[in-house]
Amino acid sequence: MTFQPEIAAIRFGTGLGPTHRPPTSPEALLRPLAGPDDMAALHPIPRSGHIEAEVHAIRTLVRQKRDEPDREEELDRAMRARRDALRDLHAGMAAATFARAMDTADPFRERLVQFWQDHFTVLGMGGLGDYAVAPYIESAIRPHLQGRFADMLRAVIQHPVMLLYLDQNRSVGPNSVKARRGNQMNGMNENLARELLELHTLGVGAGYDQGDVRQLAELLAGLGGNLENGFRFFVDYGEPGPETVVGRSYGRRDPKLEDIHAVLEDLSVHPETARHMARKLAVHFVSDVPDPALVDHMAARWADTGGELMTVYEALLEHPSAQEGPLQKAKLPFGLMTSAFRALGLDGARLTALDAPRVRRLLFRPLAAMGQPWQRPLGPDGWPEAAERWITPQGLAARITWAMDLTRKLEIELPDPRDFLTHALGTIASEETIFAAHAAETVEDGVALVICSPDFQRR
Amino acid sequence: MIDRRSLLLRGAALGCSAAASPLISPVALASAPWDARLVVVILRGAMDGLDAIRPVGDPHYAELRPGLLAAVPGVPISDFWALHPALSRLVPLWEKGELAFAHAVSTPYRDKRSHFDGQDLLEAGTGFVPGAPRARDGWLNRMLQVVPGMEAETAFAVGRDDMLLLTGDAQVANWAPEQRLTLTPQAERLLNRLYASDPLFGSSVREAIALTESLAASEGTDLDAEEMEEMSGMTSMSAGNHADLARFTADRLRRDTRVAAFSLTGWDTHNKQIGGIDKALTQLSDVIEVLQVGLGEIWGKTAVLAMTEFGRTARENGSGGTDHGTGGAMLMAGGAVRGGTAFGAWPGLSEGDLYDRRDLMPTGDVRAFAASAMEGLFGLDRTVLESAVFPGLDMAGTDRVIL
Repeated sequence: MTFQPEIAAIRFGTGLGPTHRPPTSPEALLRPLAGPDDMAALHPIPRSGHIEAEVHAIRTLVRQKRDEPDREEELDRAMRARRDALRDLHAGMAAATFARAMDTADPFRERLVQFWQDHFTVLGMGGLGDYAVAPYIESAIRPHLQGRFADMLRAVIQHPVMLLYLDQNRSVGPNSVKARRGNQMNGMNENLARELLELHTLGVGAGYDQGDVRQLAELLAGLGGNLENGFRFFVDYGEPGPETVVGRSYGRRDPKLEDIHAVLEDLSVHPETARHMARKLAVHFVSDVPDPALVDHMAARWADTGGELMTVYEALLEHPSAQEGPLQKAKLPFGLMTSAFRALGLDGARLTALDAPRVRRLLFRPLAAMGQPWQRPLGPDGWPEAAERWITPQGLAARITWAMDLTRKLEIELPDPRDFLTHALGTIASEETIFAAHAAETVEDGVALVICSPDFQRR
Repeated sequence: MIDRRSLLLRGAALGCSAAASPLISPVALASAPWDARLVVVILRGAMDGLDAIRPVGDPHYAELRPGLLAAVPGVPISDFWALHPALSRLVPLWEKGELAFAHAVSTPYRDKRSHFDGQDLLEAGTGFVPGAPRARDGWLNRMLQVVPGMEAETAFAVGRDDMLLLTGDAQVANWAPEQRLTLTPQAERLLNRLYASDPLFGSSVREAIALTESLAASEGTDLDAEEMEEMSGMTSMSAGNHADLARFTADRLRRDTRVAAFSLTGWDTHNKQIGGIDKALTQLSDVIEVLQVGLGEIWGKTAVLAMTEFGRTARENGSGGTDHGTGGAMLMAGGAVRGGTAFGAWPGLSEGDLYDRRDLMPTGDVRAFAASAMEGLFGLDRTVLESAVFPGLDMAGTDRVIL
């Protein structure tokens, strides 16, 4: 099987479009990924430090209000203004995420960001937490796409949004300095330790048990921080070692961050992690039931290079069963919307110019209706992969309703459905889709039918 | 302030007025070989059974739960048991014999205490042997597979989230209360043609169109697109989503539907459980109340089962919450239930009684109570329940949970 540019643009990229050339080889997908991050520059999303400063500013106002009751009105006004600005920023960051997928000439990068942010799913835990999710992705995921898996793992596990989400920031070792001081409110929390083994590294079928979870939780005690001050390691919360995790011993008497780094390094190159991640990448990009040879090929590369991600991507892209048609996966709602916008030739700037209420109405609402509310998956295992989970009666009804309503909502000039067919699907359109594009009663219906076609809905 | 009970009831009455109207044909009984109704509510995130239904008569309970118990006193329903105050609206049901529970129950899933595995296995109802292949269908679907004469709307998965419970070879309707699909005749024709060779898309769109038609008929009036959109935007976010699920379910159950399932979230109370579980239990109370009112006389032949993937640690943790545990509780409501009963064998809460010295010891298989409900409601044979529906389950000694 030879490399098929159109299949690759849809399977590994953000779709076809009138202004984008499909990649002609695996190298054409990898080369830009190794280069500068143009989309981060064009559609910026702040890093976590910015949100921390904002949270600090708001909490400072809260403290001031307590100390200076006579300035209440003025301080309330200032607080409201800051919160409104954050709400606008939240909408802007979502629009920028869409815009990057629409405009990019480096589409594999955006798809990898989606994959890894889902692998390391976090949920904003109420309050100002929702505003910290996009900056978490920008800080902990996006800069580490090309490096070693261990480096991304470390960035994620030391990020306050992850620590807050999986309750690590409150976990105190049972024999720690803090616990020995006898505070009633101290206790261990195993949530992060469990997900770190089950979801992030070894995978749930792997050979570990509750004892490993417990020992890892003891080792992780001390990781902490919050939305205002960022990450911190609290030595007093740490459990005196050593701890044994999956057959290896870590740490000594005095808790140290380096011991946590050591266990992350070992987990990142564990053969079970290599298999788990190889399979997950293959399932995400290629098929709900991937070719075992593809998984083996990627897992072997992971093992050979110690989880050097670029080499693993290379193993994925070069493998014949990742290049074959037909497209087998169902696009997730975000991928469907961005690929439709891209096929329509819509400029990302059209979305980043939207105000917050329009972002909610035009982007968040259809995403939720299709089953993918913005940054709100059900749990830390992220969004489901199987096509049957998305193409349900209500999910498909929402997709069709959105497509049929595109022009009225977005006030865009639609192309001739026959041209749109070529922009959206190139030479892979089936006879049924070609027929529908030609037989539709109106331009709106014609474009919508192409978007609704299984050809376009799959990737 | 608006009284929440009257608000819920008004909503329920609105949702069902069309169904009760004489213009609409009465519930067709032919679509399933029985007339009883079963609703399964999956409580995602692991409900703390020890906080929801409290063994206040156990001498060790108070010391395990110093913060949670002292701050939020429960409502006694017997010498031994008290309900969490957020369930106090259900006390009249208990007194009428329409509310029961099974305590110290769990699936056979042990030790890894993962939500995702725990929920998948609870819904699959099988595959508990380590290394066993994952079931791709749910036990409620397998129950439908063994009963002949099912029609498309016999079973309904309600809401937007995944329900492995009802996934499988038996046909099951699947819909979120706020969704509609309206197409021009030509667009509908072309879509059908477009999906003719893709069964996944084809069956989904046919069902979507059929459901939209039946919903429009049930409501009598069609909301316009903007109104619909407003509603769908609100319900997916608002706290009223759970009540919509229950209202829609009640409406379906008044018609051809006999089995329905949906899920409620918000049970994973690692921190500040006092607030978290109050909200979740209030939603569960709302759901039971809306079903009771919305079903009217049909409530008498209904059983609602609220099940969760596992319980939580017997002791409070350091952050005012509880961590993933093992034994938990299952709630049963409805006129068909042998109410006013505490099912299950109480293991005790002394350190030696606990599972792993940390969790409530499961003394019963939660699947056996679900099986008993299906046996009582639908007359299913035990051997079928123990082989096809819950392979490997042993129902011996399980109490009858249906009147």
